[in-house]
Amino acid sequence: MVPLAGYLFVSAALFCIGLYGALARRNAVAILMGIEMMLNAAVLNLIAFWRYINPDAALTGQAFAVFVITLAAAEVAVGLALIIAVYRNRDTVVVDDVNLMKG
Amino acid sequence: MEFVLFILFAGMTLTGAILMVALHNLVRAVLAMILGFVGLAGLYLLLEAEFLAAIQVLIYVGAVAILVLFAVMLTQRVSDPNAPVNNNQAWLGFTVALGFFGMLSAVFAPLKWPSLPEQSVSTVENLGKQLIGPYAVPFEAASVVLLVALLGAIILARE
Repeated sequence: MVPLAGYLFVSAALFCIGLYGALARRNAVAILMGIEMMLNAAVLNLIAFWRYINPDAALTGQAFAVFVITLAAAEVAVGLALIIAVYRNRDTVVVDDVNLMKG
Repeated sequence: MEFVLFILFAGMTLTGAILMVALHNLVRAVLAMILGFVGLAGLYLLLEAEFLAAIQVLIYVGAVAILVLFAVMLTQRVSDPNAPVNNNQAWLGFTVALGFFGMLSAVFAPLKWPSLPEQSVSTVENLGKQLIGPYAVPFEAASVVLLVALLGAIILARE
């Protein structure tokens, strides 16, 4: 039997890997992938806590997870559209080179 | 048996995630991300959230990963393959991520968590009733968010 701490460990590791990807990468698409990993870690936490703490018919954790996945899909669509718009205008997706508004 | 499956899926997820941030070729990084998403779907199955495992595969593997792959192919410049993929603060980011992981582990590891309850009542029917019952307003708001995201993505990416 798997203890809840096992799922929490996987979720924390996943979140921190995604955080590193979002902080360290230069390519905007890779940054977006890191953010997706962090959202997935949050969803895993929601489902693990629902199953272990309160597995009633209200399915609170699963309902929250559905909404998080919906918002993640919307976020990735808008984010990639923004990246493509930036690529059209500036001819780069490296975030270090997108410094038009830097003082 | 369940523990073996947990180790298998958790290893798959973490391997995919680590390869995603480590690989230099972005197309390969997306493929590693798909591996991580499939491992997560397995973890959801172990947690008896079958519907979420199905939509994890449908939305993340089927839609998000393909969208990211298209974005990689549309924006990939034919440039120097030896150009650095990480910025010059990568070591700082690594320190922050490692420190955050240490902090999270230090918080949840000493706590006494309840053991697994016997049965759950996770059915798709139940989830559907919740979504049109108590969660009806967030459900409608999510549909509006999806519509606005759709229109915004089309307008932003248009020539």
